[in-house]
Amino acid sequence: MLTFLARRVLLLLATLLVASFAIFVVLEVLPGDAALLMLGIEAQPDTLAALRDQMGLDRPALSRYLAWVGGLAAGETGVSYTYGVPVSQLISERMSVTLPLALMALVLSVVIAIPIGMLAATRRGTVRDYGVMGFSQIGMAVPNFWFAILSILFFAVLLGWFPASGFPGWEAGVRKALWALVLPAISLALPEAAILARVTRTAVLDTLEADYVRMARAKGLGPRRVLWSHVLRNALVPITTIIGLQFAFLLAGSIVVEAVFALPGLGRLTFQAVSKRDLIVLRDVILLLVTLVVIVNFLVDIAYAVIDPRARYAA
Amino acid sequence: MIRTADITCLRRHLGLLVGAVLTGLVILAALVSLFWTPHAFDAVSISQRLQGPSGTHWFGTDHFGRDIASRLMIGARNSIMVGVVAVGIGLVAGVALGLLAAARGGWVDDLVARGADIVFAFPAVVSAILITAVFGPGAVNAIIAIGIFNVPVFARVARGAARQVWNQEYARSGLAIGKSSAAITRDHVLPNIAPVLIVQATIQFAVAILAEAALAYLGLGTQPPSPSWGRMLFDAQTFMALDPKLAILPGLAIFLAVLGLNLLGDGLRDTLDPRLRTERMG
Repeated sequence: MLTFLARRVLLLLATLLVASFAIFVVLEVLPGDAALLMLGIEAQPDTLAALRDQMGLDRPALSRYLAWVGGLAAGETGVSYTYGVPVSQLISERMSVTLPLALMALVLSVVIAIPIGMLAATRRGTVRDYGVMGFSQIGMAVPNFWFAILSILFFAVLLGWFPASGFPGWEAGVRKALWALVLPAISLALPEAAILARVTRTAVLDTLEADYVRMARAKGLGPRRVLWSHVLRNALVPITTIIGLQFAFLLAGSIVVEAVFALPGLGRLTFQAVSKRDLIVLRDVILLLVTLVVIVNFLVDIAYAVIDPRARYAA
Repeated sequence: MIRTADITCLRRHLGLLVGAVLTGLVILAALVSLFWTPHAFDAVSISQRLQGPSGTHWFGTDHFGRDIASRLMIGARNSIMVGVVAVGIGLVAGVALGLLAAARGGWVDDLVARGADIVFAFPAVVSAILITAVFGPGAVNAIIAIGIFNVPVFARVARGAARQVWNQEYARSGLAIGKSSAAITRDHVLPNIAPVLIVQATIQFAVAILAEAALAYLGLGTQPPSPSWGRMLFDAQTFMALDPKLAILPGLAIFLAVLGLNLLGDGLRDTLDPRLRTERMG
């Protein structure tokens, strides 16, 4: 187990190193003059020179890369060109919107998907099963930002139950702030719930056929007991994997939904950094998103190895 | 039991049929738009703005008085083109890498597998943002970004399926009689993994259409005046309180196209081989 863990940690670090190098090459080496890209061709020569100086563009690319990664490792981020504050401060401000949003969406997705996925599996071939599968197909095909737009039209514009866009901030009170996140969270959760319901159905169907389930039934356990303590427990392995991946993708994928609702979250920050070409913000935010995905994958691998010893030797 | 089996059979073929019809309609709309649309997609007529459906304007007009049906047809063409090129990039590069990894094994295999892991760490929208930040927004850059995202998907699927073929005796015996691994890949591996690849391509096509619509909505994909479904939704947000159809129709087009491709992919998988399991990547 220790060797496995050590190898996984090394792999995690190597992946992050390569990914950060790729981000650096795309954002700062490919454009040639990153300062010119950020300011545009009409920039004043002295502003341009100042930014070049701030970004250290006169130094060789490799030393700039090392300075960036070394700074991050020491907990120091660059200073945003457009906002004039450290990127870490921007990220933590925006995370106070994106993180609760992603968590709400994830909880919604799990609460919807697991019961209906189990229902479909245990009532295989019935009308309910086809109902769940139909919901799943529809949920996967509805673009989340279209659902977001329609929900604004219906619940905010027509009925007036929710604010159409914007975020009052946590200062305005937790209830008010959470209320503003309800429609975005539902929009994000719908496609994820659709996929998760399908995965749950398949996982439960697979375990329903296992010998130990037949054994549990043969020794006289009731159907409810078999379902909850034998089937669901074993089916949880693939389900957890998908939930982990979905959380990472919810953090990154909220970019479009945050744009629809004009929420000041991480996605909005990324999008604004692209429009304003603030590469200093962009490289840190993208690396953060990639790191989250990689860490979640790492944790899922570790969880696998804890549950199933065979996985320790597979990789 | 027989009834259940009948229903399953019917549902499977029904899904395949519905999927094929929806996909066919989208392709048809795209093809027809090459030669003919009811109106010019960019013909502005302020006096005719925000009209309801009628004989002249089947789906009505938008806030500039442009014909929505014509714009949806060109939008279909746009989505199909994005899907074909983005999936094409992923299919060619990914399958080549996957086949190579399976045929060579050893460090080549490790390199491809780890490389796929790293590219996978960049969600499609994130890699698209990375690319458009430097090269500017536009349809071509969006397609490239989605294409890059597709490479590891196909590399993984091809590698996994090809390794199974390589474990079969007929592939191994090819080596024994002195066939090169390239020849075995061509004669045995590729034909055997083709069904998996076709199914995966159908699903990735749907993913590509969704991703392009999201990028176009953000203003990072297809640029105006070219109509795209995603951008039409963005424009609709300003006027939807006045005219809800603006927000409903383009989304419905995306929904039906994606639903059709997903149903087609699932139906093909069940028909070609019920044991096949494909990866579904968001």
